[in-house]
Amino acid sequence: MVPHYPTKRSALVPTLLYAQDEIGFLSDEVIAELAGRLDLTELEVRNVISYYSMLTTTPRGKFNVQVCTNISCLVRGGEEIFQHCAKKLGVGHKGTTPDGLFTLEEVECIGACSWAPAAQVNYDFHENLTAEKMDRVLDEYRKKATQ
Amino acid sequence: MADLVSHPDEVKVVSRRFGQGATNIDRYLELDGYKAVQKALGMEADAIINEVKNSGLRGRGGAGFSTGMKWSFVPKQSAMPKYVLCNGDESEPGTCKDRLIFEHDPHSVIEGVMIGGLAVGARSGYIYIRGEYRYLSIIMQKAIRDAYAKGYLGKNIFGSGRDFDVYWHGGAGAYEVGEESALMESLEGKRGIPRIRPPFPAVVGLWGGPTVINNAETLACVPHILLGGAEWFAKLGPPRNGGTRLFCLSGNVAKPGVYELPMGYNLKKMIYDVGGGIPNGRQLKAVVPGGASCPCLTADEIEVNMDFDSVAKAGSMLGSGGVVVIDDAQCIVKFALRTMKFYQHESCGWCIPCREGTDWLKKTLVRFHSGGGVMKDIDNMQYLAENMLGRTFCPLGDAAAMPTIAFVKKFRKEFEDHLDGRPCPYDKARVAEPVMA
Repeated sequence: MVPHYPTKRSALVPTLLYAQDEIGFLSDEVIAELAGRLDLTELEVRNVISYYSMLTTTPRGKFNVQVCTNISCLVRGGEEIFQHCAKKLGVGHKGTTPDGLFTLEEVECIGACSWAPAAQVNYDFHENLTAEKMDRVLDEYRKKATQ
Repeated sequence: MADLVSHPDEVKVVSRRFGQGATNIDRYLELDGYKAVQKALGMEADAIINEVKNSGLRGRGGAGFSTGMKWSFVPKQSAMPKYVLCNGDESEPGTCKDRLIFEHDPHSVIEGVMIGGLAVGARSGYIYIRGEYRYLSIIMQKAIRDAYAKGYLGKNIFGSGRDFDVYWHGGAGAYEVGEESALMESLEGKRGIPRIRPPFPAVVGLWGGPTVINNAETLACVPHILLGGAEWFAKLGPPRNGGTRLFCLSGNVAKPGVYELPMGYNLKKMIYDVGGGIPNGRQLKAVVPGGASCPCLTADEIEVNMDFDSVAKAGSMLGSGGVVVIDDAQCIVKFALRTMKFYQHESCGWCIPCREGTDWLKKTLVRFHSGGGVMKDIDNMQYLAENMLGRTFCPLGDAAAMPTIAFVKKFRKEFEDHLDGRPCPYDKARVAEPVMA
């Protein structure tokens, strides 16, 4: 990616996300490695990580269930979907299930307003949700994990 | 993949290739693709800028600034390389239009970036797409690769002797990065903190070079303007508001969806005719006409034409085209709280009025909505919000303050009812405990 930019540092944000997608979170090793490659200090990398809501330095579940409760989702039951997930998974905001399969997260607008309420599981959009539909979505991911 | 909708009143310009398989470059070519950039290659830079100026195209990201005018601010001579930056960090709550453009017509954005580059004398462009839109980044990367393979990008484009490169860049979750100077910081690999202006990006932008930054929908309009003519585009809307708009209709309407309607389309008609009205036997309470940062309009204020000037006259903003409809089952205090929770979360913390203002407003609204409010809070919230206006580097402070002021002013009684009918007289059937991340 680096040749796309006049400065090495510009590759930092997309590279961090790629690394995170590979290993699940941004470990100390990844941070040190990227800092070395992009001629940055580890502190500079950590400063950037802490700014972006998708980046995390703590491990998450295999499937990150991100439920939007922002205004368009709110008026169509986004909070109910979040509460439903919390009950079903037995975890709260940013909590991970003991089997390490699911992390639940309440997120800001994901750009699915006209198809609200909506959630993203990792990068997949699930829209026009109801509690029943959300159940099916979670069951499918659970099944996927055992395959 | 998001569902497409249609309505007879739609005028399909930006959305004309939606659902037509135009992510395939050969299909895009069949649908007049890359004709506009070839036309632009035969035009003087000033002629391109004038064409865009005359079309009345105004920024679709929210500010509504004349695109041609913006391009004309880029100096002709520059020691530093110039850049075109496409803002696809779409994060304004209520807005989901750029998503459809990237999904269905990515080449139109590439073509818009190229034409912008020819107009301002840049030889490379960046398309910034928010991190959550991973599947769209994949579509865009393929589109860029295909354009290189055909020789439309790279060295000697279309045999013109000119070079142009387009790159994709992904974000990682930050609303603030949608602001142009923060967008540049993010692209430079930093925290998305706004820059002080002047100097404006047109003079000192990306990596210090003159940079023109446009929203994805704005750039997607440009090829259509060059092919159809400025006059045609201008006449689609009222004076000074050329073209159409992708309106993202959401919330409590029967038929939500993204509809491309002429600029100046009546809001009432949009809600009741295009959107099919309010479902479940409910009544309209309020509308947020252009994304979360726009002051709401009450049910009595919707006889307004949806163009930049008319909505401004009605005391709000056309913004990003996100029309959020609120029915009478909703609690405005809760809605205001959710709006503020968003801004508090997204404030980058650089400017104190925004960082502290959003935090105190959120705290007050949480307390108020859960039954711990006092009468003085209502005026305090308004006072706090009014003191954020115009006191920050970027418009996020204003974006948080403006809707709050409108909610308090227009729905004061609903706030007062929270003192009499504690904790919330409107929200009883719904979630008792608001989710508080």
